[in-house]
Amino acid sequence: MPEQLLFATEVILNGLMAGVLYALVALGFVLIFKASGVFNYAQGVMALFAAMTLVGIQTGQVPFAHLINTILGTEIHHFGWHVPALLSILLTLGVMILFAILVERVLLKHLVNQEPIILFMATIGLAYFMEGFGDLMWGSDIKKLDVGLPQGISETIDTTTYEWFGYGFFIDRLDIAATIVAVILVISLTLFSQYTKTGRALRAVADDHQAALSVGISLRRIWVIVWSIAGFVALVAGIMWGAKSGVQFSLSLIALKALPVLMLGGFTSIPGAIVGGLIIGVGEKLFEFAIGPMVGGATENWFAYVLALIFLVFRPQGLFGEKIIERV
Amino acid sequence: MSAAESYVTADGRTIGATVMEMRNITLRFGGVVAIKDISFDIREGEIRAIIGPNGAGKSSMLNVINGFYHPQEGEIWFKGEKRAPMRPHEIAHQGIARTFQNIALFKGMSTLDNIMTGRFTHMKSNLLMQAFWKGPAEREEVENREIAEKIIDFLEIQHIRKTPVGRLPYGLQKRVELGRALAAEPRLLLLDEPMAGMNVEEKEDMSRFILDVNDEFGTTIALIEHDMGVVMDISDRVVVMDYGRKIGDGTPDEVRNNQDVIDAYLGVPHD
Repeated sequence: MPEQLLFATEVILNGLMAGVLYALVALGFVLIFKASGVFNYAQGVMALFAAMTLVGIQTGQVPFAHLINTILGTEIHHFGWHVPALLSILLTLGVMILFAILVERVLLKHLVNQEPIILFMATIGLAYFMEGFGDLMWGSDIKKLDVGLPQGISETIDTTTYEWFGYGFFIDRLDIAATIVAVILVISLTLFSQYTKTGRALRAVADDHQAALSVGISLRRIWVIVWSIAGFVALVAGIMWGAKSGVQFSLSLIALKALPVLMLGGFTSIPGAIVGGLIIGVGEKLFEFAIGPMVGGATENWFAYVLALIFLVFRPQGLFGEKIIERV
Repeated sequence: MSAAESYVTADGRTIGATVMEMRNITLRFGGVVAIKDISFDIREGEIRAIIGPNGAGKSSMLNVINGFYHPQEGEIWFKGEKRAPMRPHEIAHQGIARTFQNIALFKGMSTLDNIMTGRFTHMKSNLLMQAFWKGPAEREEVENREIAEKIIDFLEIQHIRKTPVGRLPYGLQKRVELGRALAAEPRLLLLDEPMAGMNVEEKEDMSRFILDVNDEFGTTIALIEHDMGVVMDISDRVVVMDYGRKIGDGTPDEVRNNQDVIDAYLGVPHD
């Protein structure tokens, strides 16, 4: 195979794996949007918050240490213990579920039947609140997240591909791990929603609130479950992104990358979120590879949005979204 | 005939004691009175119709029974107990199922899944068990699936089991919606204009299913219908509403000969 083609293949593979991470964030958006018609602006911050909490618990940080020290004049920062990775993940999941319950109690409950724009504003408020709350709880410094995921170049793939094609592919093992985790996550979510009572109830609520009530489904309970699942997805996304580039504020900005993904895939489709993520991931890497040098690079910053914009013009409902038919 | 006594109808069905009683129900929306001081009862095993011209408050009455609306005045007695104000999903758990005038199905889901959601109140396993599909959750899925299949057979909709209901023709959607309500094995089944928008043939099918449901499962049914012919054919007793008031209550024959009812439907001559 010619050198150029091999290189392009490598770029595509890397794009696919980056796309998986976009898809993970987009998935969280889709879940909440389907069930409650709310575009949850806070999804990205939820990922950041989950990652911060995970690191905090794992390294034995004292929550609100700064606040406590200021008020009481003490000097405590660490409990001095380390929590095993798996246990900290479970504890963080617990925190995210608690968060879901609070969101329902404090926010959603009072905004039932309000216009979508009001709910959207509420989630913007929620996003900034969480951002500040996260900083207050765990400090605003950049943290290193390590839950024992493999990292660095995969030697096996490098040597194998070198033997086959005379060109070694550079693939990050973390990306491979992320892909596997994402695939498992999506398959289990799909199975859960197809074959369990609660899964059916989730789909029912997404479809028709009144009818769901009439068969005995409590909307409030479903919202807590949906936000918990979205919190779980945010945690997974937070772990992957955090492990890749450290836990810091910019993590919450990846949420914005999920927007073009959603425009491509449709706001209501789980497969759409996945395919959209992959298209954006591969698209921006390939574009940067092929066109980038001609326009001075840094195309990854805007390519996704331009692609989404073009897409919007021709297919506003996205690839898999429900077709919008309005009777006049 | 006292309300507590049961009796046998001409076609051999047993009508039992009162299962639901509305006492002096008044429902207002701001200054508009939708229902004004209405009382009536529904007896075990009967088909009870609520009729009346457009805007008479029939659908509001159904929404009061199933908890979408809360009346400002009056009492609702169900299964011998006065009902505290409840949310609709709690009322579903008490054994009241319903269909909607404008069909409220889960359009993206298959016929089978729609009917399975109707079994919601009968499935008790918790979230954790469901997540791992183990033990009771698995058994429960299988058992309830069997009941759902029986209902599908009963309503003769086997051929559309796996079809997303959004793609079905109107008449079949109405039938699936009936199936979802039946799946709850309700003590009281509310049907909001089950035959609205149907052609003659579809209406005949639907009437037959309603009668069969009542006959075979002994389900108590309260229904709203516009088509007077159908109502008089299938119901045991009829409540007639007009401008939020009750103007008639009795067997189809009694109601047919009630002067107020004739006036409401045909208009009063101005002389």
